[in-house]
Amino acid sequence: MKPYRAELMVCAGTGCVSNGAFQVKDALENEIKERGLENEVRVVTTGCNGFCGVGPLLVVHPDGIFYQLLTTKDIPYLVEEHFLKGRPVQRLMYTPPEDKLPVPKMSEIEFFKHQMLIALRNRGIIDPENIEEYIARDGYTGLAKALNGMTPEEIIQTVKDSKLRGRGGAGFQTGVKWELTRKAKEKTKYIVCNADEGDPGAYMDRSILESDPHSILEGMIIGARAIGAQQGFIYIRHEYPLAMKRLLIAIDQAKEYGLLGDNIFDTGFSFDIQVHRGAGAFVCGEETALLSALEGQRGEPRPRPPYPVEHGLSGYPTNINNVETWANIPVIISRGAKWYAEIGTENSKGTKVFSLVGKINNTGLVEVPMGIKLRDIIYGIGGGIPDGKKFKAVQTGGPSGGCIPDSLIDLPIDYESLKEAGSMMGSGGMVVMDEDTCMVDVARYFLTFTCDESCGKCSPCRDGTKYLLDILTRITEGKGNMEDLDLLEGLSKVVKETALCGLGQTAPNPILTTMKYFRDEYESHIKDKKCPAKVCRQLNIYTIDEERCVTEGHGCGVCMRECPEKAITGEKKKAHKINQEICVKCGACYDVCRFGAVIVE
Amino acid sequence: MEVEVEFIDEMINGYNRDKRAIVSMLQDIQDKYYYLPEDTLAYLSSAMEVPISLLYGFATFYRTFSLQPRGKHPISVCMGTACHVRGAGRIIEKIEREIDIKLGETSDDLLYSLDEVHCLGCCGLAPVVTVGDDLYGKITVTKIPGILKKYKTSKEEPVSQID
Repeated sequence: MKPYRAELMVCAGTGCVSNGAFQVKDALENEIKERGLENEVRVVTTGCNGFCGVGPLLVVHPDGIFYQLLTTKDIPYLVEEHFLKGRPVQRLMYTPPEDKLPVPKMSEIEFFKHQMLIALRNRGIIDPENIEEYIARDGYTGLAKALNGMTPEEIIQTVKDSKLRGRGGAGFQTGVKWELTRKAKEKTKYIVCNADEGDPGAYMDRSILESDPHSILEGMIIGARAIGAQQGFIYIRHEYPLAMKRLLIAIDQAKEYGLLGDNIFDTGFSFDIQVHRGAGAFVCGEETALLSALEGQRGEPRPRPPYPVEHGLSGYPTNINNVETWANIPVIISRGAKWYAEIGTENSKGTKVFSLVGKINNTGLVEVPMGIKLRDIIYGIGGGIPDGKKFKAVQTGGPSGGCIPDSLIDLPIDYESLKEAGSMMGSGGMVVMDEDTCMVDVARYFLTFTCDESCGKCSPCRDGTKYLLDILTRITEGKGNMEDLDLLEGLSKVVKETALCGLGQTAPNPILTTMKYFRDEYESHIKDKKCPAKVCRQLNIYTIDEERCVTEGHGCGVCMRECPEKAITGEKKKAHKINQEICVKCGACYDVCRFGAVIVE
Repeated sequence: MEVEVEFIDEMINGYNRDKRAIVSMLQDIQDKYYYLPEDTLAYLSSAMEVPISLLYGFATFYRTFSLQPRGKHPISVCMGTACHVRGAGRIIEKIEREIDIKLGETSDDLLYSLDEVHCLGCCGLAPVVTVGDDLYGKITVTKIPGILKKYKTSKEEPVSQID
C-alpha cells in the first residue's frame, strides 16, 4: 500500500450515513483533488466509530484528530486549513459540555478515554469492505493458530479458560456450550450467529457487523473447527440492510481468500456460512424461535429441554452464539485465555459493549471492562445528563431488563450485580433516564412492546402481558386504584414462572423493578392523579400563560392552528386561551409553542 | 392487479422450489410490490402446493409483510426505548395530524403510509423517522411539516437527508 501523509477515516455507520456522511466524504475527495493533495491525503470509509451522537465525524490519522458534526459546507475550509496549511480547525472539534476548550485528539476525549476495545477493536480503523485491511490488523491470525497448532479440544479449553460468557443476554459460558455441542452424538452439526438484535435501545451487534464483519466470520470458522460443524448460519434482522450488505461482501472475500469453503488452509477442514434475512419478529432472537425461523416455519419458540446443543436446527446439534460473542473469539485464541481472563471481575470476564443512549450528553457505543461502575459510564464516558437535569435511572437489558435507580449509581456492572438489582445484562442496551422520564410510562412502554411482540403460542405471555398492559394503561390514565399494584405484582410473578420462553419469562421485569424502586411514582398516579414527570398526558392540565403569550409571542396563534380539537381561541397580538372542556390533552400546543407560554401542570 | 406469473415462477426456481424458503419468497414479493397482493399469494400457494392459510400465517406473523398496499413513501417512526423517552409518541401524533391517516394506515392517494418500528438501531440520533430509504434523526414535532413537504411532489428527486 502506498504511504500517505494523512488518512481521513470517515465514519460510515448507519447513524453518520443518515446525517450525510457520504456527502461529506464526496466533498472531501473533491476538495482534496482540487487542491492537488490526492497523493498525500487519502479518504477511507470505516464502520461505526461509536460516538454516534456527533456524526458525521472524521478522524485524521496518524495524529488522531477528531472532527464532529461535519457538513459539506465545512469541507473546503477544513481541507485548506488542516491539510494544506497544517492548522487543525478548532471549531469542528469536540468540546465537552461545560467546557470552552475543544479536545483535539480522539484518544483524549472522555468518551473514548475510558474504553477498552476487544470486540470493537477495528472500529473506525479499517474499511469493513476490504479484507486486506482486516488482515493487516492481525485478522485471521487467530484462525491460522487454531487450524494449524491446536486440536479442537484445545480450542474449546482455551475458550473455557477465558470464561467468556454469552453476550446475547443470558450469560451462559461459551466454552461449555461449545463442548456440549461437540460431544453431542450426531455427526452433522450446525453453528448459528444470532444477529437478530431486537432489544430496543441496543445496537452493538449492528455496529460490529457494519464495522468489522470479518471478526464474526473468523470467530465462527474457529467455532466450527472446535465444535465439528460443517455449516454455519447468520440470522440477521431485515432492518439492518447495511450490515447485511457488508456481511455478504465479507463472505465473498473470505471465500476468495480460501478462508471459507472447502479445505481451509489446506487442513482438510471445510466450512461454509449462509446468511438468512429475518422477516421482523422480536421473538426470533430467542434461540429456539430463531431455529424455527431458520427452518422456514413461523418463528415460534419450543420448550427446552431438549436444548439446541442436542436437538437444534432440523433436529441436529446446534450451537448458537450472539454477534458480540463471536467477535471476541479470534482475540481470545490469538492472545490466549490467560490474557482475556485477567480483564473484568471474578465471574464476568472481558469487556462488554453497551449502547449508551437516552438522556445523556455523549450518546454512542462504548466498550468497557466488566465491573466498571455505573457512575463511570454515565458521568465519565457519558458526560452526564443534558440541560442540567437530574439523573433518575438507567434501563438495562431491554424489555427483559429493569430500571436501576440513582441510589445504585456505584453498582459495578457485571452479570451477577445487574441480576441482583432486578435487571439483567441483556444484549447491552443502556438507556439513561432523567427527571422528565415517568417510570410508570416506561413500564407501560415495555409492556406495549412485549405484548405486541408476543408470538401468542403460550397463554401466560399472550394474555398475561395484555392484562398487565391494561392495568398499567389504566394507572397512567389516572383510573387506577391501590389494589392494582398488588394485582400487577401477583400477575407479574405468574407470567414470569409460567411463560414458555425467555420473552414471556422476563417481560414483567420492567414492572417489578420500577415498582421496587419507584413505588412513589405509581402511588402519585393512583392517589393524587398526577404524573410527577408530566409525561402521562391524561393527568396533565394545559393552560396558557396569557402574559407570556402576548409579550413574548405576540399572540402568534401557532398553538391555535395546531390544536386538533380547536380548543384554543384567540386573536393575533392578543392572549390565547385553552377551553378545558374541549381539550383532549394531546400536548400539541406545548410542543409547538416556542415562547414557553403553554404551561403543563 | 394481474399476477406476474413469470416473476413468481422464476423466483420459485431460484429457491429450488424449497418449501423452507417460502418466507424468503414472500420477502421478495414484498420487496417488489411493497405488500403481498392476494392474487399473487394465491398463485404462489398453488405453485408451491402449500395451503394459502400457511402464507397468511407468515404474512401476519412477521412484521415485514403487509396485506394492504403501502404508500409510495412509507413513513416509519422508531419506537425504540431511546426514541420513546425522547418523545417519539408525540412525533407519531403529529404525523397523523399532518397527513390525516392513523398509525398502520395508507393515505387514499397511496402517497403515504404510517407505521411504527421497534428500534432501527440509531439510538444516538433519537428520535428517528424514516421515509422510504431516507432517515431523519433528532426529530422534533416542529420539524415534521418541513420533512413531509419534500415528499409531496410525486417527482422522483434526490432528497437531502440532513434536516
